Amino acid sequence: MFNGDSLFYSRLLTELTLSFHIIYATIGVGVPLMIMIAQWVGIRKNDEHYILLARRWARGFVITVAVGVVTGTAIGLQLSLLWPNFMELAGNVIALPLFMETFAFFFEAIFLGIYLYTWDRFEDQRKHLMLLIPVAAGAAFSAVFITIVNAFMNSPQGFDIVNGELVNINPIIAMFNPAMPTKVAHVVASAFMTSAFVLASIAGFRLLKGSDHIYHKKALFLTMKIGLIFSIATAVIGDFSGKYLADYQPEKLAAAEWHFETSGDAPLVLFGKLENEEVKYAFKVPKALSILAYSKPSAEVVGLDQFIDEEIPPLYIHYLFDIMVSVGMWMTLLSIVFLLGANRNWRFIQTKWFRRLIVLGGPLSILAIEMGWWLAEVGRQPWILYGLMKTSDAATTSGQVDLMLVLFAGVYIILAIGSVVVLTRMFRSNPVERELKDRQEEKGGVVR
Amino acid sequence: MNLEILGIMVLWTFLFGYVIVASVDFGAGFFNAYSLYAGKQHILTNIIQRYLSPVWEVTNVFLVFFFVGIVGFFPKTAFYYGTILLIPASIAIILLAIRGSYYAFETYGAKGHKGYSFMYGLSGLFLPASLSIVLTISEGGFVSMVDDKPVLDYWALFTSPLTWSIVVLSIAAVLYISAVFLTWYAHKAKDKDATELMRRYALIWSLPLIITASGIIVELRDHNPEHFGNLLDLWWMFALSFLLFIGTVWLIWKRKHYGRAFGLLAGQFALAFFAYGFSHYPYLLYPHLTIYDSFTNEVMAISLIVAFIAGLGLLIPSLYLLLRLFLFNKDYVTGKSDPY
Repeated sequence: MFNGDSLFYSRLLTELTLSFHIIYATIGVGVPLMIMIAQWVGIRKNDEHYILLARRWARGFVITVAVGVVTGTAIGLQLSLLWPNFMELAGNVIALPLFMETFAFFFEAIFLGIYLYTWDRFEDQRKHLMLLIPVAAGAAFSAVFITIVNAFMNSPQGFDIVNGELVNINPIIAMFNPAMPTKVAHVVASAFMTSAFVLASIAGFRLLKGSDHIYHKKALFLTMKIGLIFSIATAVIGDFSGKYLADYQPEKLAAAEWHFETSGDAPLVLFGKLENEEVKYAFKVPKALSILAYSKPSAEVVGLDQFIDEEIPPLYIHYLFDIMVSVGMWMTLLSIVFLLGANRNWRFIQTKWFRRLIVLGGPLSILAIEMGWWLAEVGRQPWILYGLMKTSDAATTSGQVDLMLVLFAGVYIILAIGSVVVLTRMFRSNPVERELKDRQEEKGGVVR
Repeated sequence: MNLEILGIMVLWTFLFGYVIVASVDFGAGFFNAYSLYAGKQHILTNIIQRYLSPVWEVTNVFLVFFFVGIVGFFPKTAFYYGTILLIPASIAIILLAIRGSYYAFETYGAKGHKGYSFMYGLSGLFLPASLSIVLTISEGGFVSMVDDKPVLDYWALFTSPLTWSIVVLSIAAVLYISAVFLTWYAHKAKDKDATELMRRYALIWSLPLIITASGIIVELRDHNPEHFGNLLDLWWMFALSFLLFIGTVWLIWKRKHYGRAFGLLAGQFALAFFAYGFSHYPYLLYPHLTIYDSFTNEVMAISLIVAFIAGLGLLIPSLYLLLRLFLFNKDYVTGKSDPY
């Protein structure tokens, strides 16, 4: 009756779809805010460059939204197709935020359509700004609601189980579960941070390639500033997440930190390598784990010795944790140096190698997002509903998941190539210098 | 009215919304590709792109809304339909992926890429087929319970005449709905050639539509007598629907009131769709699942309905704004205000 192959392939397919979707979804959550800010700055400073910045970002955004929408539809359906038992149970308790997410998405879709197809219809730029507010709000709220669903999987509550039946269900309590505040805040802040750095790396790339236009400099300064704000926010909320884990999911924290034995004064293990249950080449910060977990250097942190083997997540999540945190720290540092340098006219921030670092920042941030999600998801193995339902009991019994995996992999490859080709072609064939000139001619009444 | 009925009515209404907007979308994609093939592209492409571009994303949300809603109101459907639909639903997702990416890619990147346009047009025919399979399955006879798990009998499904009738009906309906809508839209755009062409397509597709629709009722007599009996009880709804159909075809034939013709068409499909839905009562998956044994708990149902009403409060004005700006805006429709 139990079908091990289906379980394996279901996990693989879900991971593939989500990992692919997250790239576009993160951009989808963060970029509307950036567009809105650029439009707003443009109106306030009465600066044509920022308005154009908003439009060019929006045009590229359409491509990422399209891929985000179709992969989002895919994961939405795959939840029921691959994990029918889970959805049947969870549907009773957590359907509300799932439902609300579609409304947020609906709202965003309508206003994005309006914004995109009314480019120059209104004389007053403030009207275009008004259209962007629901887009940005809808994008952020769909992230909030869908993350609530994920938070519920990590700390299910809002119901009782009596003789295998769900009773006393309360959807509101299920939504406001203990994992929800840190998770939602971390997801939203890191999406804003990543989007800002992705846009910064585009501006950096143009500057690196020899364009010396003030437009790109404005874009770079704006995005690095926003990126810095949200990278600090992300780090602070990340610290709260650590405290949450210590209280509610100690084995995830312990596995991520290779904290094998319960002890006080627990050190934070950075990097290193696990060889036959021995940590080697690691860099240990004394007492830091106790501080991360309880804000107290001597606090006792639960170790993996408190759990039976079957309920310990894979230990490789430590590497994911390391990469995520390192990238976060690095990007904070990089943006601080850049902004200081820009303020004090340090020459080196205009050098090629520094710009290369900025260009690298976007992909690195996306990598950190992937690592963070893998850490969060693999870290709650073997549970699909923490403490309640094992992943192995939730998978479909259908035998054709492997075939579907191949099919979807093919589709994602096409979408990835397609979106990258279209995006590069779009901006290469219409550089900002030309677009600015075109717009000026239009305003001067010269017919194109 | 109890909550179960209210829940399924909400979902059925949204599904109806999806059927109409998606039909326009699917059919337009097909006509677009066909016009490429037949060398009539210059007549149609403009009209089609102009209407569809701002709304493709909204169309998709109708579908997402339905499948999220049905798992919310009827969680057991996730178990039954989720287990058996892996292949047809996955194929539908992939086809949707082709369509969803098309507008963005086509509009900004590979303008006029023929291969992509053809894939897009074809997906518009396969999608209704892959989605309508669910309707066939819900009639019963294709799913058996093995070890308490539902298993789909693909052989029985693909050899059943009912399956193929529903597939043909869905394709004919898509092309008919789309053609009637585009006739109206082209007429508003004062595009004579496109109006004439779409008018002809509308008339051509009206015939297979009504033949297959009637044929299915006959086939249900053998396949699911209980359902057939329920259908007969609602004969007056189908009769009204048929009258509206005649009205649409008449107006289009006479080249009059295309807007009203589309209104009649919407009424025709609404009547038939809801009559079909009522006659299916109380089954979601005959005979394994009814709306009563799959319904969610009362608290969740009430909160979903509250969320739904609040959501509609946001949606209806925004949709109205969207229609005002694109569908009913003279300058936009006739191409006077170009977005680029």
